[in-house]
Amino acid sequence: MKKVLSVLSVATLSLSLVLAGCGSKPEAQPQGQTGSNGGAPAAKAIKVGMVTDVGGVNDNSFNQSAWEGLQKLQTDLNLPKENVNYLQSKSDADYVPNLTQFVKDGWDLTWGIGFLMGDHLKKVADENKNAKLAIIDAEVDAPNVASVLFKEHEGSFLAGVVAAKMTKTKKVGFVGGVDIPVIKRFDLGFEAGVKAVDPSIQVIKVYTGAFDKPDMGKSTASSMYGQGVDIIFHASGGTGDGVFNEAKDRKAKGENVWVIGVDKDQSLTFGDEITLTSMVKRVDEAVIRVAKDLSEGKFQGGVQWLGLAENGVGLADTSTKNVPEDVLKLVEEYKQKIVKGEITVPDK
Amino acid sequence: MNRVIAVFTKESFLVPAVAIILGLLTGAIAMLAGGFNPVDAYMALIKKVFGSAYNFGETIRQITPLIFTGLAVAFAFRTGLFNIGAEGQFIVGMIASTVVGVSFDLPAIIHAPLAILAGAVAGGLWGAIAGYLKAARGVNEVITSIMLNWVALYLANWVMNAFFIPAGKQTSEEVKDSAIITIGWLAEMFDNARLHWGTLIAVLAAIFFYILLWKTKSGFELRSVGLNPHASEYAGMNVNRNIVKAMFFGGMFAGIGGATEILGVFHYQAIMTQHTGYGFDGIAVALIGGNTPFGVILAAILFGVLTFGASGMQFSAGVPFELIRVVIASVIFFVAAHGIVKIFVKPILKKKKEGGN
Repeated sequence: MKKVLSVLSVATLSLSLVLAGCGSKPEAQPQGQTGSNGGAPAAKAIKVGMVTDVGGVNDNSFNQSAWEGLQKLQTDLNLPKENVNYLQSKSDADYVPNLTQFVKDGWDLTWGIGFLMGDHLKKVADENKNAKLAIIDAEVDAPNVASVLFKEHEGSFLAGVVAAKMTKTKKVGFVGGVDIPVIKRFDLGFEAGVKAVDPSIQVIKVYTGAFDKPDMGKSTASSMYGQGVDIIFHASGGTGDGVFNEAKDRKAKGENVWVIGVDKDQSLTFGDEITLTSMVKRVDEAVIRVAKDLSEGKFQGGVQWLGLAENGVGLADTSTKNVPEDVLKLVEEYKQKIVKGEITVPDK
Repeated sequence: MNRVIAVFTKESFLVPAVAIILGLLTGAIAMLAGGFNPVDAYMALIKKVFGSAYNFGETIRQITPLIFTGLAVAFAFRTGLFNIGAEGQFIVGMIASTVVGVSFDLPAIIHAPLAILAGAVAGGLWGAIAGYLKAARGVNEVITSIMLNWVALYLANWVMNAFFIPAGKQTSEEVKDSAIITIGWLAEMFDNARLHWGTLIAVLAAIFFYILLWKTKSGFELRSVGLNPHASEYAGMNVNRNIVKAMFFGGMFAGIGGATEILGVFHYQAIMTQHTGYGFDGIAVALIGGNTPFGVILAAILFGVLTFGASGMQFSAGVPFELIRVVIASVIFFVAAHGIVKIFVKPILKKKKEGGN
């Protein structure tokens, strides 16, 4: 009997630990009807779902951005809470069933978030010709799919300009996730921006091969900073968390190192002390834009590219905190040149 | 018939069964604490798996590789080896089948079996590396097989990038139609779920596992080495050879799993940013299945249902994905810590004994 008791007490103890961990979850869901649109009737109560890649909706990066977009859409259009939802994928094998789940359930629009989902989304789109789907970062050639891509190279060019003006060591770094076309655009744009300001600055590049390995981000950043790099631009999703982590450690020891964030304004997550600026990719805006088109009956398949001109990419508004006025002015000049087409940023 | 009933009342069946129930209860309490309704959640799970032909088919798709990796771990375990390398062996099987599937042009009757065979041999050899190092140099197979998992992952990405992936893509060319083992008519019946011959091969592999270990002389040797290597050596068995052999067969199961995943599900190999996870889940499957072939199949079904149904819980009941991992982890915990479970089971067994007399 004693034994039973002791086992039970251990069990309850470990349980309460588990419980403590998940107590705060429900608040994460936003309240649907709090939107103050008065009584303005929504055009149509659409249902929009999204499937994340393996990063999940708390990746501090584009999955999260997309989910925030959907949540904003729900408030904007005054939709019931259950009209937006997401499914997180555990592995490549989950993409098709997850996308299919939304489609078969009759959701009006299903988003696939990320380049990695391209082929899978195509399969689902072909099998369900009446369903409407959309994808971020990949071109899917099907009439019922809207493909939204970003000119990351244009935004990254501006990040490169900032890095080139701010570096003291004349060495800057780029940490990429997987070597795929999207990330390549960040890479090439950044390098072009740096070289446009000062061709003598060295750009050190490392692809970690993963979007979800903060430990690799940290060790990569460590060796880069060790080589004398003082600013790192990362385009590596969750792996980048490690880059910030390493920068924080070094900053605490008095080293003057910076990180340039990606996708979202990462200074909000990691703090102004280490985040020089962020190359923001408005995945949230894209998600909202396509869904609103749908609710107004204007949805159409095909590819759209969002760049500086469309405000699809750009530097975060909080850049003013760490980047001096004159540098931002220069950035603005370059931006205008790119928008007008006087500068073409390489993307391949 | 009596024998069948005997199997089900035996402790070996009762303990995992109770462990599973305890695991589900623990998960339910965790969900309650998180503010979710566990009854709704489990209903959502069941509805997801059995609610539509498509999802049921996809659940079978999910179960299949788990049978293979479960067998891979269980087989080595019977010889006293802890094969954590099923993941790597699985991946090497994927590489080999992709290479054969893409590069050759053969009639289907030869091509598909050849591609699967290539996966089997590659996985087997990959496992045998760890076996050889253990036999020849006494290196712990846990360490080497874990390291080989990573070698396999990066080897796969390198091979694909260097030879099979067209510029600007991140997936290899598709394997030739003749190598594909998807069952078209069955997939159609299941609303385009990705069903393939691999499932049948998995069941055959489990039967092979049983016959080899329990009905042949070399199986007797393998098990004997697992039970007591010193006694086996004294009895004149070659322990080292049996270690390599066990790891080869273990790796072979995992390798076939990888091959059928490519040839039946994806039809191409993608650049992997992380392990597939099947190999690691295979450890748990083997554990829950008591390292027996029939048990592995049942455990794989349980695991496949839980993991595939998890997205239903997320979708309909709003339970976050992390919580279903808590459920799965608690099931593994209670199976591993069967001492705890036995405390719950003992009264039942006692009563049975008394009643039986």
